[in-house]
Amino acid sequence: MFKMRNDYKLKVGLAEMLKGGVIMDVTTAEQAKIAEDAGAVAVMALERIPADIRADGGVARMSNPRMIKDIMKVVSIPVMAKCRIGHFAEAQVLQSLGVDFIDESEVLTPADERYHVDKWDFKVPFVCGCRELGEALRRISEGAAMIRTKGEAGSGNIVEAVRHMRQVQTEMKQIKMLGQEELVTKAKEMGVSLDLLEYVNKKGKLPVPNFAAGGIATPADASLMMQLGAESVFVGSGIFKSDDPEARAKAIVTATTHYDNPDIVARASEDLKNAMPGLEISRIPDTERMQERGW
Amino acid sequence: MKKRIGVLGLQGDFALHRRSLLRSGCEAPIIRYPEELDSCDALVLPGGESTTFVKLLHKSGLFEAIRTFSRSRPLMGTCAGLITLARQVSDGSVEGLDLIDIEVQRNGYGRQVDSFIARVEIPVLSGRSGFEGVFIRAPRILSLGPGVSDLGRCNDDVVMAANERVLVMTFHPEVTSDIRIHRYFADTYVS
Repeated sequence: MFKMRNDYKLKVGLAEMLKGGVIMDVTTAEQAKIAEDAGAVAVMALERIPADIRADGGVARMSNPRMIKDIMKVVSIPVMAKCRIGHFAEAQVLQSLGVDFIDESEVLTPADERYHVDKWDFKVPFVCGCRELGEALRRISEGAAMIRTKGEAGSGNIVEAVRHMRQVQTEMKQIKMLGQEELVTKAKEMGVSLDLLEYVNKKGKLPVPNFAAGGIATPADASLMMQLGAESVFVGSGIFKSDDPEARAKAIVTATTHYDNPDIVARASEDLKNAMPGLEISRIPDTERMQERGW
Repeated sequence: MKKRIGVLGLQGDFALHRRSLLRSGCEAPIIRYPEELDSCDALVLPGGESTTFVKLLHKSGLFEAIRTFSRSRPLMGTCAGLITLARQVSDGSVEGLDLIDIEVQRNGYGRQVDSFIARVEIPVLSGRSGFEGVFIRAPRILSLGPGVSDLGRCNDDVVMAANERVLVMTFHPEVTSDIRIHRYFADTYVS
């Protein structure tokens, strides 16, 4: 069965420390400070939030190192940054800057259509997105220390994150029921390592934390994802595209901590202004769906 | 009767502490509301983000509740839990519970790329004194006040310390399968 090496223990360990928290996308040092003051457990430093990347079109790349460094200077919580799928040179740059986590992200334009980054080769931990269990386990095989749902970034629509979280949870329940001889065939069908499938079969969970991302815009969205089994939430465009970023950031933190207490989620939501405008998923052309990137 | 050691569950790796405490033969309820403290014999503050902890402690009413609780019952804290319990944080970025007279520096060894695993020497543990110290963006203890004893060292740094009722360490025993520190806390501090 899947065993953790020592350096991997440090990577997954940081992911464990972020549990039960909110990781917020920020584009400036000022926004990073607002996020930290609101109780974020980490910030994701990027030049444009997903809703703007979607609106602008073109190729989306790693953010400017200076902008990432400026954010690292002003906050004491971990700073994450995104590299393109397969772009190991961008990942090397981010590691050299000293970011605490790298998101090999479908929100940016993929650089390699066949291979993801070999994440074992890095000292800094990686998080990767998934839509189903096979994708999650393939990313873990490549060294990812945290998994998140892809959802549909920048849409303000929770439906895809729910689909992906439910899919992973349902598949894990099914794997738990299988006997050893079935696992061998299942691993082949799913294109995943038998070691990892055995781990899911025995423990009923992934060997790394499983977070939610892609479309979370309200405190109730955060509560929903936590109740569906997410261990933390990423909020991308949802905070700084809303009419009241500071209040919304605090409310989403409160709703994530007390996700199972509807009275508290209600109180946290009641004074908020408008959430970001959402997109109906069927109106997003197939070629613009970020979740289709990666495999 | 089983000892009942609560684990502060506002954020962080509280589930791992719960696992270690259950394996040590204790009850380990997750604590998120002040009234849940009443039935506990002790409380553990887990790893996580100390800035987040302090905000959520104030918001939930647990900040004052834990200070009151600490007058009669013991506490343990790891990493962010230690920062939250400390008298002073060197850069002033966290104003915590002030329940143990130590000064600490957050991220005292650097960022995540500087996180490390090293052997910690803890003479008070029964049997062998070596312990696998997992240091993740760990704080550094800069000084110990009167009444605080040095319980464990890694290289030349004090990494585990205690006063009469509060036991703290900068590393994470809960991410290993070694439960000797949790057992030591339950046996020595919790009556």
